[in-house]
Amino acid sequence: MELTVLMYLLPALVMFGCGVYGFLTRKNMIAIMISLELMLNAVDINFVVFNRYLFPGQLEGMFFTLFAIAIAAAETALALAIIINVYRVARNVDIDDVSKLKF
Amino acid sequence: MESIGNIIVYVVIALAITVFSVLTVTTRKILRSATYLLFVLFATAGIYFQLDYHFLGAVQIAVYAGGIVVLFVFAILLTHKPGQDSDRIASHRRWAGIVAAVAAVGVCAYALLSVDRWCAKELPSMQELDITTVGRALLSTEKFGYLLPFEAVSVLLLACIIGGVVIARRR
Repeated sequence: MELTVLMYLLPALVMFGCGVYGFLTRKNMIAIMISLELMLNAVDINFVVFNRYLFPGQLEGMFFTLFAIAIAAAETALALAIIINVYRVARNVDIDDVSKLKF
Repeated sequence: MESIGNIIVYVVIALAITVFSVLTVTTRKILRSATYLLFVLFATAGIYFQLDYHFLGAVQIAVYAGGIVVLFVFAILLTHKPGQDSDRIASHRRWAGIVAAVAAVGVCAYALLSVDRWCAKELPSMQELDITTVGRALLSTEKFGYLLPFEAVSVLLLACIIGGVVIARRR
């Protein structure tokens, strides 16, 4: 048995589908961020797998993933800061309750 | 022919990713959701290790598992009572989510399965990727060098620090 490209891409695809489902159905802002992380992670796996299987001597996919991880970390930190600030004002982190841009 | 150990590791990783990603979005306790996310991120690091990108796997564990998940747990504990269940998802909302997710997965799976010329491909051999190569590529300005994005990310992190201070500051 060989481990083919497809066998790595299908779990990533399932992960992405779960991210889409969670992003659309959850109301809690932190749960939405978690679903977003799932989607970002699935895309990172795609970059690495294509890089490794199709262009094994080069490093483009690896560096894309490296920078994507750094940017995801920055984005998550800021988003969670905003969510905690919203909680301070609204006492809630449900996306439906936060309908005002300025309190 | 892959070694039997590699295949066992692959099966464990694939199962972990599938099961824990489904659990991440279906569990009603938010702290459990973050914990399952941690397992998914570890399994992803396992994929990177299996594909011989050891540096990337280490970064994945250090930044995602060590940084982001801890931030999530902090934010959850600051904004939720422990053990609190979230509300049930409304039926129309759940069906909209299921339809969108299944449509996206279906289209991508069809595209993947119809183009099966990669699928027969076995893992090509690659010389061990040492950290010297990664470091030189990261700091070189020539072709296939990544100095500009590297510096751009450092500016992004600075902006992120300033943004965090401004947002968290008491008014």
